This record gives sequence, structure tokens and C-alpha cells, in this order.
Amino acid sequence: MIKTVVIERKPLSLSERTYLPQIASGLKTTLSNLFKKKVTLQYPEQRPSIPRGYRGVPTLVKDPNGREKCVSCQLCEFVCPSKAIRITPGDIPEDDEEQSHVEKAPKEFEIDMLRCIYCGYCEEVCPEEAIFLQEDYSLSGYSREELVNDKEKLYEMGGTLPDKHFKWDKKKTEEEQGNAH
Amino acid sequence: MCLVEMGMPMRDSGTGEPVLDADGNQKIGWIPKPVIGCGTNVAPGMRVNTDSPLAKDSREGIMEFLLVNHPLDCPICDQAGECRLQEFAMDYGRGYSRFVERKNVKPKRTRLGPRVTLDDERCILCSRCIRFCQEVAKDDVLGFVDRGSYSTLTCFPGKELSNNYSLNTVDICPVGALTSSDFRFKMRVWFLKESPSICTESSAGANTLVASREGQIYRITPRRNDAVNDTWMTDSGRELFKQVQSESRLTAHRSDGTEVTLDAAVARSVELLSNDEIAIVGSCNSSVEEQYLLRKLADQTKAETHLPGHFDDDDGLLLSADRTPNLRGALATGMVKKYPSDNLKPLALQLGKGEVKTLLVVNEDLFALGITKEQIKKAKIIYVGTHENETSKLADVVLPGLTVFEKNGTFINRNFRLQKFFQAVPGPAGLIPDFLVLNRIASELSGEVAESLGLESLWKEIGKLRTSCLKGIAYREIPSDGLALDPDKLADLPYVEGPALNFSPPKVKKAVKAKPKVAKV
Repeated sequence: MIKTVVIERKPLSLSERTYLPQIASGLKTTLSNLFKKKVTLQYPEQRPSIPRGYRGVPTLVKDPNGREKCVSCQLCEFVCPSKAIRITPGDIPEDDEEQSHVEKAPKEFEIDMLRCIYCGYCEEVCPEEAIFLQEDYSLSGYSREELVNDKEKLYEMGGTLPDKHFKWDKKKTEEEQGNAH
Repeated sequence: MCLVEMGMPMRDSGTGEPVLDADGNQKIGWIPKPVIGCGTNVAPGMRVNTDSPLAKDSREGIMEFLLVNHPLDCPICDQAGECRLQEFAMDYGRGYSRFVERKNVKPKRTRLGPRVTLDDERCILCSRCIRFCQEVAKDDVLGFVDRGSYSTLTCFPGKELSNNYSLNTVDICPVGALTSSDFRFKMRVWFLKESPSICTESSAGANTLVASREGQIYRITPRRNDAVNDTWMTDSGRELFKQVQSESRLTAHRSDGTEVTLDAAVARSVELLSNDEIAIVGSCNSSVEEQYLLRKLADQTKAETHLPGHFDDDDGLLLSADRTPNLRGALATGMVKKYPSDNLKPLALQLGKGEVKTLLVVNEDLFALGITKEQIKKAKIIYVGTHENETSKLADVVLPGLTVFEKNGTFINRNFRLQKFFQAVPGPAGLIPDFLVLNRIASELSGEVAESLGLESLWKEIGKLRTSCLKGIAYREIPSDGLALDPDKLADLPYVEGPALNFSPPKVKKAVKAKPKVAKV
């Protein structure tokens, strides 16, 4: 059984009714901060330093040879909790000498930055290490369409990152020197 | 390959007496080496250990050998997500590779036939595809050349994998070696929603799964039904989904050449059907429900119903001579009494004499069936159908319909098997299922307001058909693998289908019964 208990409010004392001690203690805090080191940044002129591993805007990167790494496996699209990623898969024609060792690449790759929640699952799931969340965090645009990053924009923002695997080169040397059929 | 440890109860080699342990149980003599699970016959008293360190170790070893020359293509491979090798590697593999040498390099995109592309590196040499071509498709074109890790799947010289069942090899390929040229790199399989459906290509009525994502169909695969299609279907049947996105699709209701609302189009149809001298051209492509409602409409308007059939060659497997999915439905619902012929000569004569004033056509092109333009112009035409054709262009009222992928219903196949199909994707905006359109016309003709009708309640009506083999059937009681009907009086009609997979025509069936049973392939 719930019982309602009425609690009496204590009447304010004289010093409390004047509010003066409270104002004085508030001013003390303000004054003490006046002489401490400033922590405020003059954003956007001043920018905070970004820690390592910060999750900013997701981008697509190319390998040091300038080839696109993404093979449109669509795992990022699958894992994306806010359904911000949309990929149209496509194939690389056989006569493309630069890229034909890996047969698949995205025809279109869109990340809707209005939906993206910067969780980094796409970077984590990518088997080709082709998608990275980079440092840029403040995006703005005049329309919704402007904030949907297409493949071209994603590669432009992503640039080239160092690569450990060189999948393309490996495939090529395998084809040239491996246990050829 | 499942390697297991195996042991047999011990017996003394001299006397044959069981060897007992201290508790009086017979001792088990374990074989020191692992044995191959699928190559070992079960014997009385046999013990098998599938979970011992040796068995596990052996399995990991086998997995490692399978993966030695298998490329790490999973992010690219279309089979990923439904790949047996991927599943086994997850379940029984060691999780990392010790292989530092270079993998074998083989051709990545060999064209085996018009619809099949081979990635040789991924092939694990199971030879299922070869066996399928020999035993099921009866078109022996595949074989291995070279030895050991150089083995390669190839077509015989001068031949290619072009038979109408070639895409089944893609289905049975446990890895992504054989890929469908049409589906290649289109969509990852884990995005696809699979809806059970029935192939409309012929009266074989192959059970299918229609894989779609966000309202777009990407592929059709067979669904196992041992009474109908086993696990196969035709290549031509897999392409039928392309009609959904076709440019000639009817999407707007039309009345006298102008686009109108559904209500207006139905009202105009009712007006036209209220006249005398009406004829109906039904379709073997309609579902049982639609055919039943057409019959109802014909009874109401005292119209004569004509039904054209579409016949071609029988391939003896899953492409039957009757190229419509539901000819038997038209007979079972009583929409027509006679077996259909491939032309509409009687109707052409009537039209020529001006005996027909209004003609309701469902999904058929009258010009393809031997009716001339002069004859058509003598009647008002109401066209219910999915695609634009010469008839719909001339029609006074056009009521666009839904394709089999966009509605629910039932078909009756050549075995008199009643099979359900389900909606896979939404239809074009503003269209309602054909049976609801027909129901509205039928209700408004008799001056009633159309009830909102579901398939369940419609089947309550169909189940009351007195002389039909559909009597007493409730929609929800039709199992997912179909319901075998008793053809009864309908058994003796001149059906065109020849003997085929899981099907023997009625007359042949009687002859076979006397003979000893022949083993099925």
C-alpha cells in the first residue's frame, strides 16, 4: 500500500530571505575563475585538436597506387545501423589493365550524412580496409542532397592512406609469377 | 569431409567370444586412424566419436587442404552468405591460414555458356555440375581436364553449357565457382528476401523462391518440392521476373483513351457489361480465384466464355507442352467446359457477324489468336491485363492487373496439384489485385457494394462449387508444397503434356501400373 506523506517545508531563515550570502558565494566562484587558464576555444577560428582514433566523417580511401580498394561487398551497408550507406555494385571489365585483377568495384557509393551517426561500424566491418572515419566532423550544406556524399566526393575526402596489404599488387604478381595454370 | 573415429566391440580372434572389461561390458576396439564418415557403413554395435581431439584435428586438416588453393574472394564472391565452404570453414576450420606459398592461379571468368560464368580458382572439384548435366539435364558437356591442383572444369571441345537447365548447376555449386551471368555482382544474397512462388512458364508449375530487395526482384531460384520439380527449374523460367519492370507495363486505368481513376474505369466496365451480347475471353495465366470470379461474371451476364490455350513443344522435364500455369484451374472452376484450343475461331465468327457487343478480355492478345482488326472494332472491349499489347491499345476500358510476383493466389499444375504463390514485391502504385477488380465489377453489376474480399473468404465460396474437384477446400489448408487434387471427371480430357519429371499423363499411367516400378533418377 502506497501512503502519501506530506513533508513540511521549513521556513527560510533571515539570511536566506535576503539572498545576499548566496550571491556573494556565486560571485566568489566567478571571480576565482577569472584568473584561471582559459579553456574556451574561439570556434570556428580556433579548432580543437583531434585525438587519435576519432570518428569523424566516413570516407573511401585508395591504396598508395591510386587504385580504389572498395570491392562493393556491401558489408558496411548491411551493418550500418542508421541505413546511411547505399551501394550499387558493378564489375570491372576484363580489359581494364590497371584493375582487372580484382573484378568488382562499386558503381555508385552513397553515404547520407544526415543519417550517419558516426558509429564507425562500417570501418570496423570492412574486409578490404577501404572505408575510414577521418577527422573532419563539421559538415554543413544548403540542401539535403548536398549532404549525401557520392563516390567521387568520398574518394576526394578520403585520399590515400598507407596500406599493409597491397591486394592488387599481390593479385597481379600471383597472376604473373604464381603457379600459373 | 567428415573424418570420425570409429570403434567396434572386441571379440576374441580365436574363440569369437566377446572381450569384456571389469564391469562386464564388451570392450570397444578403437581404430587408431580416423575413418571417412560418408564412406563407412554402419554396423551393429559400432561406436563413432565425432568430437575427439583426433577427429577435430583431422577435420581442421581437411578444411585447410580445401582452402589451400581457394582464393580469399569472399568480399567479391556472389556465393558468400550461402556458400557451403564458407559455412564449413566457420564451423570446422582453424580460423587462420598457415599457407604462405603462392596460391594457384586459374582463369577467373571463363564463359561456359550463355548464362553461366566459371571462376576456376574457386572450384573445389566436387563435380556436382558434371553429374547434373549427365543425369538430370541429359546434356553431357562438362568435364575436368588436367591433374591434381591443375584440374579445371571445362566444356567439351566445340560444346557449351547452353541447355535450358544450365543455371541449376549454379544452384548446386557449393562454392561460387559457377555463377549466373545475369545475377553476377548484382546484389549480396543476405539482402534478399525470398518469397515462395510458382513458375508461370508452363503447366509444370515448378516451385520457386523469388528473391527481392526493396521491391525489386533480383533472381528466381527453385524451391524443393519432390512431387513437382525436385530441386530444379528452367533457365527461361528464371528470367520471367523481368516482365515486372518492363516498359510496356500497364500502370494506369484508362477509359475511352483517357486516364481515369479505378472507380471510373470500373463504372464504365459495369455500364458496358450491362448490355446484352457479351463474351468473355479468359486466360490460363489467371489464378484459380480470378478464373472463378470470371465464371461468376459470365453467369451473371449470361456471357459465353472462350479460353485460348498456348501450346509448344514438351521437353520432358520441367517445360511442358502447355505453356500456361493454370489451364486446369479454368476447368476445375468451371470457367470453361471444353479443353481449350490455340485459337479463337468461334469467337472470330461471332464477332464478324456482330453477335458480340461487349468483349471482356483477360491478359490475352486477340490479334495473336487469329482475330482481325475489323472484327474487333465491332465490339466494345474491356481489357484486364498486365502489359500493353495490340488488344489493350484498342480497348475501350483498360484495367491494369498485377503480375504473379505482385499478388497472392493459387494455380493448378499438370499433376492436378493445387499450389499457392505469394506476393514478393508491391505492384505499381494505385493498382489492386485482379481478383478484387473482378469482384468489384461482379458486385456492382448486381447492384451491390463490393465487399472487401480476402482470399480466405473467396475460397469459402469456391469450396462450395458442387461438381468441382475444388469442393470443400479451404485456402489456409492448402499446404506450402501444394495439395494433390482428384481430377475425377477432368482426367479424360485431351491434355497435351507428355511424360516428364514427376509426371506421367493419365493414359500412360495406367499402362505403367501393370509393369514393375522403374526406379526414378
